[in-house]
Amino acid sequence: MRKFGKKLLVMLLVSTLAIALCGCAGDKVGDSLITIGIPQDLDDSLDPHVAEGAGTREVLFNVFEGLVKPDSNGDLIPAVASAYNINEDGTVYTFKLREGVKFHNGATVTVQDVKASLDKCAGTGSGEPLVAAFSDVKEINIVDDSTIEVVLNSSNTDFLPNMTAAILPADHLDASTELIGTGPYKYVSRSPQENIVLQAFDDYWGEKAKIKDVVFKIIPNGDTYVMNLEGGSIDMMARLSTTQAAQLSDNFDIYEGTMNLVQGLYLNNKVEPFNDPKVRQALNYAVDVQEIMDFVSDGKGTETGSSMFPAFGKYYMPELNDTYTKDVEKAKQLLSEAGYPNGFEFTITVPSNYQQHIDTAQVLKEQFKEIGVTANINLIEWDSWLSDVYMGRNFESTVIGLDASTLSARAMLERFTSDSGKNFTNYSNAEYDKTYAAAVASTDDDIQTQNYKKCEQILAEDAANVYIQDLPNMVAVNKKFGGYEFYPLYVMDISKMYIK
Amino acid sequence: MKYVAKKVIGAIITLLVVSLLVFLAFAIIPGDPALSRLGTNATESALAAMRERMGLNKPIPVRYLLWLAGIFKGDLGTSYAYEMPVTALIADKMPITITLMIYSLILMLIISVPLGVYASYKEKTAIDRAIQIINQIIMALPPFFSGILITLVFGVGLKFFVPGGFVSIGVNPVRFFKFMFFPALAIALPKSAMILNLLYTSLNGEKKKDYVRTAYSRGNTSNAVFFGHMLKNASMPAITFIGMALADIVAGSIIIEQVFGIPGLGRILLTSIQNRDYPVVLAVIMLIALMVVVTNLAVDVIYKIVDPRIE
Repeated sequence: MRKFGKKLLVMLLVSTLAIALCGCAGDKVGDSLITIGIPQDLDDSLDPHVAEGAGTREVLFNVFEGLVKPDSNGDLIPAVASAYNINEDGTVYTFKLREGVKFHNGATVTVQDVKASLDKCAGTGSGEPLVAAFSDVKEINIVDDSTIEVVLNSSNTDFLPNMTAAILPADHLDASTELIGTGPYKYVSRSPQENIVLQAFDDYWGEKAKIKDVVFKIIPNGDTYVMNLEGGSIDMMARLSTTQAAQLSDNFDIYEGTMNLVQGLYLNNKVEPFNDPKVRQALNYAVDVQEIMDFVSDGKGTETGSSMFPAFGKYYMPELNDTYTKDVEKAKQLLSEAGYPNGFEFTITVPSNYQQHIDTAQVLKEQFKEIGVTANINLIEWDSWLSDVYMGRNFESTVIGLDASTLSARAMLERFTSDSGKNFTNYSNAEYDKTYAAAVASTDDDIQTQNYKKCEQILAEDAANVYIQDLPNMVAVNKKFGGYEFYPLYVMDISKMYIK
Repeated sequence: MKYVAKKVIGAIITLLVVSLLVFLAFAIIPGDPALSRLGTNATESALAAMRERMGLNKPIPVRYLLWLAGIFKGDLGTSYAYEMPVTALIADKMPITITLMIYSLILMLIISVPLGVYASYKEKTAIDRAIQIINQIIMALPPFFSGILITLVFGVGLKFFVPGGFVSIGVNPVRFFKFMFFPALAIALPKSAMILNLLYTSLNGEKKKDYVRTAYSRGNTSNAVFFGHMLKNASMPAITFIGMALADIVAGSIIIEQVFGIPGLGRILLTSIQNRDYPVVLAVIMLIALMVVVTNLAVDVIYKIVDPRIE
């Protein structure tokens, strides 16, 4: 009887352990494979002309290319086109096709493919432009077998960044399920909520990718980033918090950059009391940006005084950071002048999936307390944020980061013109609209830059919003790999990476 | 036969009611799938075009009937977010969740049955008492908490597995099964404790019955009495419970998938709710409802076979 009991116990232990330990063998990974963690699946469209999510564009950057593409300095370099020419008044853009550029399906890129792709963006035929920036396109003409021209309705010397729009095969224009581009990597497969697999494209026209296989692995739980990196299930992860980066061992290189966005407390300029510039200025005087950076990311981050981040180079105006320095007395005085001597109460709506924005809202709440203003934080799902705040414009204030889809100053400034569809803050200022229009119409680069800068200045002085910072971006890369480069845009260029 | 037919009809009605409720929920909860899809680039006309493409411009009753008609054609619609057929999406994810469920069922049996028998065999000894105490504690654990504990002890502490380091079976089957052991254990542990307890109590109950005394008096060895007579009789309540536990495992696996970062049906369900990806939400909920209903049906039918007196 006793013997039997022992046998039973041993059997139980052995069977449990056998299952637990089966496969403790080392995980041999192929030499040219990199696994990159991403925080969410690409759940907007994979069609590069439609994809809006920054997280989607970041992955698709490796698969698709336009006539031109940005390099890591933010300059536009020829890609599918080998050269381009812009006429003097900025109405005709002529592109010379690069010879022998191949699509991932083996076909050679022709002018017809280019025309079909650009027509799709401009909505020629259907009327409605698929990409808003293409609304000014008059026509797209094939000049000869290797030349194509884009004619605009009005002069715009700053249109080139839009020519980063992906070139697709004319017979595969709906790229939402079948991704065929010309980039250094080709799309292999995806498994929803699990991964996206890319593979180096052997016939790439330019410098070929050095790492053969790339797996983007979806890791929705931020608490497991460090464990996944240390455990070897991913080799690289971007946008870590400073705390997470500090937890990593010596096996990882930490690259420090910025996220290329302007985080701010965006105010609905149409609702009381934010329709009064004095109230908006008062809020700006109440905020100590350094304190926010200390709390949110250990003091890292870059202050922004207007709707422009440093990667924009000549358009960025660091001097605007000093428009408001914390001054509680001044803030209180402005509030009295505006008719709120005892302060007021308002709500900050924050999307719950962005920890940095939540943390920032918490610091803001404390800072506003000092000037007698009570802020209540309301956390909502990202989807509700899109429908209520962004589209419905039904909010008082929100903490969010606004980025640029192209490296054109327009991408950061157009959204504050009175009649822009993207003007969710309902900012309306006749002088701003006028200056912006003058900037867009100008063909002289100096005058254009001046006008864009004036726009930034108006946003700062009129206190359209409380502009805070460009958030720090910590990228952890396993020391086995090198060659990671930051871009002034929200992209991840894997083709430059290599195995040490 | 009449009994079975009645149960099947009941099951179908249950499924219809569930699908109707889910459809109504879509009408009530805030959020617009078209907007969710277009994001910050949405314009009114783009939204209208997207709604039409998604079939959202039709009234809810019409959409419901179209969906029902689709089921009979084996068409569950197209996912808004992934732009692939829902059937393909589910076919991709179901093996992961089913594996997790079967895995935890096996673990449940491996842990509970031998231990329950052993504890009863050793009734009133120190070992028995130790098992009982540990069992009581485990029984009180909800699966998500056992999941967190297991992650902490075996993942973070002992480094037996990488938390969140799921590997799909196609990539590396060995690592897949190794990783899945821990989530399966998290689901199985609390349930095992229940089964152990049931088995233990009913075995001890059998010991006092007349037929056991009779069996002993006929000169049988204690092993023969224990395994030949008592175990068979005592396992009935446990088997019944295992049937019910199966339905619970379905729910448990959805939660456990979140804790361990497993891209199965549960993760798809939650993200699809966030994305307002209604065709996927509907399909997954119906699938779960189907599993529960079929399990219940099977239990009912087995009852009838075991005890024909049941009406």
